[in-house]
Amino acid sequence: MCSSCCNAQQEQVRRFEKVCRILDKHQHNPSRLIPILQEVQKEYRYLPEEVMAFIATSLGVSPAKVYGVASFYANFALKPKGKYVIHICEGTACHVKGSGKIKDALFKKLNVTPENNTTPDMLFTVQPVSCLGACGLAPVMTVNEEVHGQVTPEAAMVIIDEIIKKERN
Amino acid sequence: MLTDMQTLELIKQGYDKAVKPIQHRIIICAGTGCVANGSLKVFAALKKEVEANGLTAVVTLEECNEGQIHLSKSGCQGFCQMGPLVTVEPEGILYVKVKAEDAAEIIKTTLIDKSKVERLLYVDPAHGQVCHTQKEIPFYAQQKRIELGDCGYIDPEDIREYIARGGYYAARRAYAKMTAQQVCEEITASGLRGRGGGGFPTGKKWALTLQQKSDKKYVVCNGDEGDPGAFMDRSLMEGNPHRVLEGIMIAGRAIEADFAYVYVRAEYPLAVERVRKAVEDARALGILGADVFGSGMAFDCEVMEGAGAFVCGEETALMASIEGQRGMPRPKPPFPAQSGLWGKPTVINNVETLACVPLIITNGPGWYRECGTQGSPGTKTFALTGHVANTGLIEVPFGSTLRKIVFDIGGGVTDTTGEIDPDAFKAVQIGGPSGGCLINEHLDYPLDFDTVKKIGAMVGSGGLVVMNNKTCMVQIAHFFMRFTQNESCGKCIPCREGTKQMLLLLEQIMEGKATAKTLDTLQTLAEAVQKGSLCGLGKTAPNPVLSTLNYFRHEYEAHIFQKRCPAGACKALAIPEISAELCKGCGFCAKKCPVGAITGERKQPHKIDADKCIRCGACAQACKFNAVAGV
Repeated sequence: MCSSCCNAQQEQVRRFEKVCRILDKHQHNPSRLIPILQEVQKEYRYLPEEVMAFIATSLGVSPAKVYGVASFYANFALKPKGKYVIHICEGTACHVKGSGKIKDALFKKLNVTPENNTTPDMLFTVQPVSCLGACGLAPVMTVNEEVHGQVTPEAAMVIIDEIIKKERN
Repeated sequence: MLTDMQTLELIKQGYDKAVKPIQHRIIICAGTGCVANGSLKVFAALKKEVEANGLTAVVTLEECNEGQIHLSKSGCQGFCQMGPLVTVEPEGILYVKVKAEDAAEIIKTTLIDKSKVERLLYVDPAHGQVCHTQKEIPFYAQQKRIELGDCGYIDPEDIREYIARGGYYAARRAYAKMTAQQVCEEITASGLRGRGGGGFPTGKKWALTLQQKSDKKYVVCNGDEGDPGAFMDRSLMEGNPHRVLEGIMIAGRAIEADFAYVYVRAEYPLAVERVRKAVEDARALGILGADVFGSGMAFDCEVMEGAGAFVCGEETALMASIEGQRGMPRPKPPFPAQSGLWGKPTVINNVETLACVPLIITNGPGWYRECGTQGSPGTKTFALTGHVANTGLIEVPFGSTLRKIVFDIGGGVTDTTGEIDPDAFKAVQIGGPSGGCLINEHLDYPLDFDTVKKIGAMVGSGGLVVMNNKTCMVQIAHFFMRFTQNESCGKCIPCREGTKQMLLLLEQIMEGKATAKTLDTLQTLAEAVQKGSLCGLGKTAPNPVLSTLNYFRHEYEAHIFQKRCPAGACKALAIPEISAELCKGCGFCAKKCPVGAITGERKQPHKIDADKCIRCGACAQACKFNAVAGV
């Protein structure tokens, strides 16, 4: 039991060590808040509440201000995301070419909703986004950084099945 | 350090020397579209094949190399749908839809046998004509690519190539030979207007900022291209980042600023990477730094990644975001020219606008005015997408007609299966969520800032989404309203609450729950939001609604009074039907129907009572023969 609680403490220290390095890099400058949060999110894949509080104290601003910025921008996640983040484009070109059906199919297949968009096994997060800027390939979805163009609901299912298969092995 | 006037020439000489032994250059498009279709694999396969044939392949041009074949990656060439694209120079042969497996044949046939791989050439679907080079393809032949000229040809990660093709000469001229006043005057004389949406004269904006007395001024390059359906800024930043950077430097000279921020949308990781590299390379050569071209003036640049908020395309919101705040707009005046970033005079220009600047300084305002119209000189890049045969990025002079764009360059309108259908044209949505619709009667109008505004739309950033007759215009209005409602920052009430209510009204119409009064309420509300909102996002949010109401009122009315969606796209209004041909009379559907709306004899086609049907879809799921439609 002791070892597990020591591990937890060490984990905490390790966490903040990385944050400290990021803060140092930006010279604790409050106007660098967005790049700081971006880098912190790259480390943890989301913004844990205690980390945001720590950042606020270090920058000498209120936690409310940090939370306000973090919750304003779509790219900051306040909840942990899955290993595979699927962006489904809802831009105009994708919309007129039927991205809505792909979105519905993904939500149904992975049994997630717009509010609870991560699967319980933390494998997938489905996130509709406004435009990925690859309109020539509409409809488009991305899995992490990989872009898939001219997707159909069936093709999307194949992509998901392949990932599930890969993860099981 | 590039302090002496000869250094750009020296770099050019070095580059030209390095290119000399090269017999062929193979350009592989590495824009986002082509990469998604596997162009990087094609690149690797081509390199392997070049070497397998005993030729030397070079990827990075070094001086005095012994290479024969130069393999380079380019930015987006615009014809995304036909990607991956591979061009072989100096012949200019363009291969489309290339796969890694084609590499051996390409190398053998083109480089060794000096012939062409016929099956990979583009065939014009309209005339069946085989096109050997880019210039022969109607999609390209009808365009005038000035801004996009080098984009898709040069290696965006090689600053020396940009310089060898005349890059940074304009910046040098602006810093070493011109006064700030002169730079502003040249741009004013060219008539260049802001490409971000508003169309404000760029030279005038610069002159206003130059007048301000301040110890510090800033240039901001707005690369937060949030407009769904537009991707020209992305292509420029990915395909020719140095051109954008040079434009930023000239803007800095014009207003006497020594620092710039490039704000790039977070969804564009490749653009962020390329612009960052461009800045670092320019800094390493001393093009950016404490003493720009020996002028004694300093200039430097920082690339900032956005965090995902459409409203940050609005200039005051964008500045708030750079300052580390929530990206909320503030009332104007004071304008950014008077009080911008950290209260200092700031000029904010769009990526595409800045990319035009070096060309104007190099070739002169008169040259720029040679194409385009009196009020809107030059060319404009449009993102042509939707139900059109050739999708991609195109550039045409201002004043070109929509007919030319959609039918000549775009190759015509397609039906839902992707086949060209000459009668399928319904509308073009221009300018994204702030814009409006253009219809049949506008096909021959000249596209420029002022004409489009008069029709009740706006050029905006240049997204052109073509829609066929199976598109429901109420749904389109709803789509944009949902977008702006989502992106409304919540600061001012007309936008925050107004967009929400408009969205609800549109939903009621789509679900057949609207009444005769709904349209009047919608119209009144739209006008109120237009007048009462604080920033451009709210002021223009009702445009898609007003524009569709204006041209497609009959579609709204059909939804409301006849409970019918003319395009057959609104699910709630679809008429449930069982196809007599497909139905085998198994009775499964009737058993599943919770309200007893389906009747029929066994082994006979069944029927649905549309009045009883609650459109739950249980019957369609139960049917093994796909005979049920419209539920």
